[in-house]
Amino acid sequence: MGYGPGSALRPFPAPHLHEGPTTAGMMFSVVLCLLPAGIWGVLLFGQRALHVLLVSVGASLLTELAVSGLFLRRFTLADGSALLTGLLLGYSLPPAVPLFIPAAASFFAIAVIKQSFGGLGRNWLNPALGARVFVMFSWTGPMTRWQAPLAAADVLSGATPLGLAKEALSHPVPGLRGPIELLLAGLRPSGLRAGPLSDLLQRLGRLAPAGYGQMALGNVAGCIGEGSALLLALGSIYLFVKKIIAWEIPAAYLGSFGLLAWAFGGLPFGAGLFRGDAAFHLLAGGLALGALYMAADPVTSPLKRPGRLIFGLGCGALTFLLRTWGSQPEGVALAVVLMNMFVPLLNRIGGRPISREAEQ
Amino acid sequence: MKERAFIGGLARQNPLLVYLLGLCPALAVSDLVSKALGLGAGVILVLLAAVAAARLLRPVIPERLQPIAWLVLVAALVSLVDLAMQAYLPALRQQLGVYLQLLAVNCLILGLVERLARSRSLSRCLRLAAGQGAGFTLALLLIALVREVLGSGTITLFPLGSFGGVIRVPGLSLYPVRVLSLAAGALLLLGYLAALAGRLMARGRKAEQRSAG
Repeated sequence: MGYGPGSALRPFPAPHLHEGPTTAGMMFSVVLCLLPAGIWGVLLFGQRALHVLLVSVGASLLTELAVSGLFLRRFTLADGSALLTGLLLGYSLPPAVPLFIPAAASFFAIAVIKQSFGGLGRNWLNPALGARVFVMFSWTGPMTRWQAPLAAADVLSGATPLGLAKEALSHPVPGLRGPIELLLAGLRPSGLRAGPLSDLLQRLGRLAPAGYGQMALGNVAGCIGEGSALLLALGSIYLFVKKIIAWEIPAAYLGSFGLLAWAFGGLPFGAGLFRGDAAFHLLAGGLALGALYMAADPVTSPLKRPGRLIFGLGCGALTFLLRTWGSQPEGVALAVVLMNMFVPLLNRIGGRPISREAEQ
Repeated sequence: MKERAFIGGLARQNPLLVYLLGLCPALAVSDLVSKALGLGAGVILVLLAAVAAARLLRPVIPERLQPIAWLVLVAALVSLVDLAMQAYLPALRQQLGVYLQLLAVNCLILGLVERLARSRSLSRCLRLAAGQGAGFTLALLLIALVREVLGSGTITLFPLGSFGGVIRVPGLSLYPVRVLSLAAGALLLLGYLAALAGRLMARGRKAEQRSAG
């Protein structure tokens, strides 16, 4: 993309038309787009999930207020970034964590990752993801205790789909050809609790093959807000249309990850090349949340298209490697955090800054 | 500033928090208080002996061979401390592992020996070396205290009589912040402490300027 003479995009002197986007406006749009998935998560996992979300958002707002008040003497709560960080963080925690974990994670996200480096726009890690990595390594036990959804008709309890897949990789099951079979093997057809929610789940689940349908709906054990890939994707459509998130990053991320999972995902199961279950891996775990809402965070992602594409590719490849050969079932958070560190380098690819080009 | 030779090492010329010297052992052994104390004692001993020996040997060693000579000297002293520790404090030696031997190429020690060998006054030399060693040990101890209390919920000292050597911090030993006891936590904490030291020094400088002007 060039900005020089002859290109369609040229810097012009004022007056300009202004659409009126503000940081706060962007933040609140993202929060709104995230809300359906969160409400769904609370419906699925119950009151406990709501408590976790409230604590993480509350602690995030309080920390922002305290740190900006004490050190910056400035009121920064209104930019909405602390609210968004708290919400994203809550979404990426298991519903059954002890409540000190969301509080500690929010404090770490705001005070250490964001404000220590100069506040919004200067943090070099996505605060929510960095804090998730922090609590994951600090309190691995509580962070990997899962809870099955409340209305879990047709679903197994306890393990997440990715946890099952990981387990199968370390203890091979004879005759197993892919991770979805494990999920289906664990399905319990007897509804645990009849009610409007489980009815709805069953009806919706029939739209896709059983296991995949339930995974897209988020009716499996997992983090509060990451479950429903469907709702997260629906919410992100608005963000794509308004160009709040750059399409290149999720596209490169999901594309490269899906391709790798399809090409090599079957190898550990002995199924050979190009036999991997890409749909399972795309729907499982925190990929939708990570790729759509966290990797594309405008502060911690590259500015230009080539950089964004490489960033997405790196996230996809690392996520696949970590999920398949890492010690933990999930790798989204680590992959994105690792790629966040390369952003300053990636920003040097794809042309010089506009101002310098205009000088010549 | 003559009277500041010792105190300077503790505060304004702190090798760890201000000059960021000797980071490698500092980050590696600051996860337990006992390790920090052991390495700190080793640094003080080696530093004092090396500075004194270098100061005395300087007239008989040709100028261009001096850096190599100091290296040999420091390595020999570190080996001495290492052997003594193996003999009398085997458990601590085990904990410190290779980091005690790595003091032989520690930039803090080598740099200080190189600098002080030219100094005129032996007593000032020793005070400076003691100050730097003590400053390093204190900073290391501070980092280790924070890391161990928050990261493991314990304070590890040395077993003495009926005292087992480990104090458990109530409440924290159940769910410690384990990241702080990992390498990442050491860097994080050192960054905050260095920033704090910088802020305090800037404030001190301002106060000095005000009182001078």
